[in-house]
Amino acid sequence: MTTPGGLLLVLAVLVPFVAVMAGLVLGGRNAERVALATVGAGLVIVFEIARCLLATSAPVVYLLGGWAPPLGVALRADGLSVVMMLAVGAVIAGVAVYARGDFGTSGGVRETRASLTFWSLLMAAWGALNLVFVSGDVFTLYVALELLTFAGVPLVCLDGRSDTLRAALRYLLFALLGSMVYLLGVFLLYGGYGTLDIAMLGERVGASRLTWTAAALMTAGLLAKTALFPLHLWLPPAHAGAPAAASAVLSALVVKGSWFLVVRLWLDVFPGVVTWSATQWLAGLGVAAILVGNIVALRQARLKLLIAYSTVAQIGYLFLMFPLAAGARAAHVDDTAAVTGGMLQAISHATAKAAMFMAAGLIYTTLGHDRVADLRGAGRALPLTILAFALAGASLVGLPPSGGFLAKWLLMSAAFATAQWWWALAMLVGGLLTSVYVFMVVMHAMSTPEAGWAPKRTVPGYQQGAVMALALCSFLLGAAALFPPDLPRVGRAHVAWVAP
Amino acid sequence: MNEMWLGYCAAGLIGIGLYGLIVNPQPLHKILAFNIIGTGVFLVCAVVARRGAVPGMGGDPVPQALLITAIVVAFAASALAVALLVRLFEVEGSTSLDEEGASAKADRDERRA
Repeated sequence: MTTPGGLLLVLAVLVPFVAVMAGLVLGGRNAERVALATVGAGLVIVFEIARCLLATSAPVVYLLGGWAPPLGVALRADGLSVVMMLAVGAVIAGVAVYARGDFGTSGGVRETRASLTFWSLLMAAWGALNLVFVSGDVFTLYVALELLTFAGVPLVCLDGRSDTLRAALRYLLFALLGSMVYLLGVFLLYGGYGTLDIAMLGERVGASRLTWTAAALMTAGLLAKTALFPLHLWLPPAHAGAPAAASAVLSALVVKGSWFLVVRLWLDVFPGVVTWSATQWLAGLGVAAILVGNIVALRQARLKLLIAYSTVAQIGYLFLMFPLAAGARAAHVDDTAAVTGGMLQAISHATAKAAMFMAAGLIYTTLGHDRVADLRGAGRALPLTILAFALAGASLVGLPPSGGFLAKWLLMSAAFATAQWWWALAMLVGGLLTSVYVFMVVMHAMSTPEAGWAPKRTVPGYQQGAVMALALCSFLLGAAALFPPDLPRVGRAHVAWVAP
Repeated sequence: MNEMWLGYCAAGLIGIGLYGLIVNPQPLHKILAFNIIGTGVFLVCAVVARRGAVPGMGGDPVPQALLITAIVVAFAASALAVALLVRLFEVEGSTSLDEEGASAKADRDERRA
């Protein structure tokens, strides 16, 4: 049944894609105006969806063409989708304001191809992400992920240098292999259970060799796209080589699309099938990512590469929620803490990482380079931006009252509640390593420059404002503790965990 | 029985493609290998369609519809990959994904600047 407000889900997906078309047709300078107008419209739509969900406490559903699953395709938004859509909307808005400085075309200047491409791809990535969050069946999710990849890959090589082209091609090859493997899993599931709808699959799947094969294939494909260790090799060159605004979108949002799909699969489709040891292995890879990503980040000489390796580490945290949610369900207690903690970690990382990449872009513009050891003077030229970098870094480390703190608090309490102290230890060590490189960067940036030092270029105030706004979003996200913590749980059925 | 042989063929194609994708360093070979994997996966889908057929019909129409969509998506992906590869060749004169030569060149450029 299509619920009231169901049409909003279609609009949330369609409006950004209409903006892509309109930008291409109107061309040049208008692409930017269309994109900025769409950001406003898209935010209103997302807020409306959130209001509908809270008003009815049931998922918002839209049946395409009125055909019900298993034959038709349903769009569905529950609490998990809505919190992700809100976060993505906020980050896209911040990036759009910032990108006016790099890709904006003021009057009298000839527009460039890079700016038209950037605004089109920004909208395409947003539409694809919204489709990932509202898709109700596993095949539509495949198409959504491919759209996201096709929007993300050209963002990597916007400036057309050969090393960024190489990074983009490598990213595309990883992503294509991942999606093919995922697709094989989808076909096996259809062959076994005759439906692609997530809710129906959740009821029908049983523990069999077919289900395990499909689950393993789909998860492996998605991990390649999410860049979880050891499949992270494509990420640092791709994210560090792109222009700052594009890096922010890629690192903050695009990797979250495929991660969200893993959450959907493991929590909604296969909750009765995944075993205890499978969740331990998945989170074990996450811990390896935290350690390797953070230690390699410490050794980086360039700021953007440092931030990109920090993304590799932070992706690791996102996978710690699976054994904790599984443990809670096995003990027949509520898994809210683990799930909410995982979602908060994703949102606080999205806002913080977008702020950090954009801060790195401003530092690059001001100093003409981004060598970490050579950052002196940045603190004098860009005090607000360095403060924003520090606040975003504090959220990654997990200092109160940041979103990262609340996320780690929830995950740790879930870890102790389910007697899995080792994950808490991994989080603490990861936080310590993160604090070292954040402190190192801020310290270098705050050191006094030589007398007579002057910045190469000044950056506009609104760009600094956008960076600060996103950093504050992440830093103050801990205030979410004051609200009822169950927004991600709204409209989700409790699925019993079958003990192995 | 017929479908079982098709299934083995699909598994073989996926295996050949995976081997090519991992072992071959040339990007164009990797793109072709990806297409061979794709063919194998699509053949699995066709087998699923045939096995799910109701009596009197050639196949289950839902997987056939999925198959067409998936082929279009895979085609678009190959086109994007080839376009990137052509651009890389135009810019650099080679199509190697090898980072060594590239990073050495970047270092040289940086020292010169």
